[in-house]
Amino acid sequence: MTLPPIAQTAVAAFVLLNVVIGLVTYVTLLERKFAARMQSRIGPYYVGPHGLLQPIADALKLMMKEDVVPSSADRWVYNLAPIAFLVPCVLIFATLPFAPGLGLADLNIGVLFFLAVSSLEIVGLFMGGWGSNNKYAMLSAMRGVNQIISYDLPFVFAALVPVVLAGSLQLSAIVTAQQGLWFAAYPVIGQLGFIAYLVATLAAENRVPFDILEAESELVAGFRVEYSGMKFALIQLGEYAHIIATSYLGALLFLGGWLGPGPAWLGAGWFTLKAMLVFLLLTWVRWSFVRIRVDQILAISWKLMLPATVLLLLVTAFWVAWRSGGGA
Amino acid sequence: MSAYLPVAIFAAFIVAFAVVSLAVAWLLRPSRPDPVKLMNYECGAEPIGSAWVQVPLGFYLVALIFIVFDTLAVFMIPWALVLRTAGLPAFWVMAGFVGIIGLGWLYAYREGVLEWK
Repeated sequence: MTLPPIAQTAVAAFVLLNVVIGLVTYVTLLERKFAARMQSRIGPYYVGPHGLLQPIADALKLMMKEDVVPSSADRWVYNLAPIAFLVPCVLIFATLPFAPGLGLADLNIGVLFFLAVSSLEIVGLFMGGWGSNNKYAMLSAMRGVNQIISYDLPFVFAALVPVVLAGSLQLSAIVTAQQGLWFAAYPVIGQLGFIAYLVATLAAENRVPFDILEAESELVAGFRVEYSGMKFALIQLGEYAHIIATSYLGALLFLGGWLGPGPAWLGAGWFTLKAMLVFLLLTWVRWSFVRIRVDQILAISWKLMLPATVLLLLVTAFWVAWRSGGGA
Repeated sequence: MSAYLPVAIFAAFIVAFAVVSLAVAWLLRPSRPDPVKLMNYECGAEPIGSAWVQVPLGFYLVALIFIVFDTLAVFMIPWALVLRTAGLPAFWVMAGFVGIIGLGWLYAYREGVLEWK
């Protein structure tokens, strides 16, 4: 018995949703274990063998928690914000091809879709900050919008470098174009592009050293300070889904996606391994550096990263155009 | 448009997941509100005034420059795709365009718009 195409799509979407949520919950454990190792701690250990059931315990705990809505909050905006934040953060997984033909929708404008949808998270973020009617949350949301739009540009231009090299916006075509050599291995262009991508990711994900949004010592928990229970869980889920999707995109754009030795069915494994390496690299930075100031963050973006990534893109484009020898 | 159908279905599933998990939490969780608990968090102090304040002009300027460069990015995406066939002439056209925007960037830099005050 074969299902009609729309039912097949629905099943695929359901499976992908479960995979993403499972992945995200377990990556939080990975990060906590990794951070603990860096600080000579053990990390979560008591729930299940070696703390393996910790993420499930966390989810259950958050589900049972009382939901406190501040009396002065804008109820509609406040309550809708977690959903508005979660949807774009998880939706970007839709276009990622995990292996040849294994992805929900291999759009012909995959990169553009990813970039466009991933920056929609600031709508949910600002809704949360505004709706809470809390000064910490409001300041954090303001900083967040300011920082995310500032780093969106270097992020886009860095992500366009592989697009120029591959000559396609389709994610699977970008992987195929790296069959000979990963884009990260292209002399100078690839390395600079990858570094720019990583720095812009750190900032766009509000990770240390760019975490002025949630800066514990000044803003408590940032825009989610008033959230509790399941709404808090949805925001955290969205945030981690976003950073993991961005790690996957980084692995795809610069590290050759599913390409690797061994049979084809190992592709998804290779891709996940590379994405986790990117994620751990970002985590490594997070637990090694101190937070930098707002003006420094904006100066790095507008005065250094933006012109540098535009120039890098132009150099890449010149090289590609010159080598292909098209046109005149 | 059929390529986007899976994306729409996936988006619907995500919304459904969020709504269902919120509903389950609503069934399971206790609810014992009291006025002090529902006060806005401000390190235990009673908040003075609302948080809905006016926005400093600095944000506006950053947003303006952002729109300029975001438009540049929009122009660059199709350009990046045809670069192989259009070759160097297309490159020089875009280089000139980036040069003009670069002058604007330089002007904003000299005027101190990129400083955060």
